[in-house]
Amino acid sequence: MSKFKKKKGSGLPAINTASLPDIVFMLLFFFMVATVMRDNSLMIENSLPTASEVEKLEKKNLVMYIYMGKPSSGYKKYGTEAIIQLNDRMAQISEVGAFIAAERNDKREEEIPFLITSLKVDKNTNMGLVGDVKQELRKVNALKINYASIKGDVSKN
Amino acid sequence: MAKRAAPEVNAGSMADIAFLLLIFFLVTTTMEKDSGINRKLPPIEDSEEDVIIKQKNIFTVLINNNDQIMVEDEIMDIKDIRQAAVEFLDNGGGTDKDGNRCDYCQGAKNTNSSDHPDKAIISLKNERKTSYGTYISVQNELVAAYNVLRNKRAQQLFNKSFAEMQKNAKDVNWVGNKERLKEQISQIKKEYPQKLSEVQQ
Repeated sequence: MSKFKKKKGSGLPAINTASLPDIVFMLLFFFMVATVMRDNSLMIENSLPTASEVEKLEKKNLVMYIYMGKPSSGYKKYGTEAIIQLNDRMAQISEVGAFIAAERNDKREEEIPFLITSLKVDKNTNMGLVGDVKQELRKVNALKINYASIKGDVSKN
Repeated sequence: MAKRAAPEVNAGSMADIAFLLLIFFLVTTTMEKDSGINRKLPPIEDSEEDVIIKQKNIFTVLINNNDQIMVEDEIMDIKDIRQAAVEFLDNGGGTDKDGNRCDYCQGAKNTNSSDHPDKAIISLKNERKTSYGTYISVQNELVAAYNVLRNKRAQQLFNKSFAEMQKNAKDVNWVGNKERLKEQISQIKKEYPQKLSEVQQ
C-alpha cells in the first residue's frame, strides 16, 4: 500500500532552472557589448532638440561635451537660469577655455585637430548663453562644433 | 576504500550573480548614439578689413526674442524656409568670381537674387532670448536646403543621391572605387558650398 501513497504526494515536478544562468549571461554580454559607460551624471535638464539633418559622431574619444540647461530639481541652489556643466560640475562661461585646454592635454598631439566639441543644450535654453560659449570656443580656436540633436521632425521643438 | 567522487558544486546561485552583473551594466551604461548638426565656427580674425558682399548675395534669417522668424525682411513660417533658401541658392542670376555662369542652376535667374551658389551666403542671426529649439529648427531647415540641392545635383550627375554617396564613402564594406567617389563628393560640395554664417546680436 505504501508504494501507491508515495507517488501521490510528489505534486508538480520542479522546473529545471539549470539554463537560467546561461540566458542571463547572454543578456549580460549583449549589454556589455552594445552600450557604453555613462561618463558623467547630469545635474541639469537636458532634453535635446530634434532635427532631421543629423550626422552621427563617429569617434567617441575625440568628442568633448559641454552641457547647458536649467538646473534639475535636485540642484535648485544654482538658481533657475540656464547654466553650463563641464564634466561633473557647474561652471562659469570663463572656464570653458580652460576646460578645452585640459581636454586637449589628455589627447595625443596628432588627434588635436580632429577634436569636436559637442554642445548638448536643452531646447528651452536661451541662445544668449550658447552664443557666449561659441564665442569662448572661437577664442581658444576650437572651431569644430556639433549641435547635439535627436533625429526626428523639427515640429517637436 | 572506494574512491569518492568530487562533490558537485552548487550552481544554483550562478543566476543571481549573473543578474547582479546584468543590472549593474544596465544602470551604468547608456545606449545613446551621439548625433547632431555639424558646424564650423569662423576663426577670430585680427584684420579689420571688411569684405564687401553685395546685399543680393546675402540671405538674412533673423530669429527674434519671441522666436519669430524673419527672412529677408518678411515674417515667415518655419516650414517655408527650406523652399525659400533653395530658391535663393539655386538662383544663378549672375557669375561667380571667375566670371563663369552657373550652368547647373535651375533657379529663376532673377537678377535681384543671388549671383552664383559660390557667392550666395546665408546669414543666420539670433537675439539673446531666442530659444535653442527654434534656432536648431531653423538651422536644420537651412542645412536641409543645401542637402536638397546637393542631392538633386548628385542624382543628375551620378544617378544616386548625395546622402547615399556619403554613406557609401563611410561604409567599409562598400564595393566600388572609393577614390572616385570621394572626388565626386568634393565636386558636388564645390558646386554647392555650404556658406552659412551665424551671428549673435
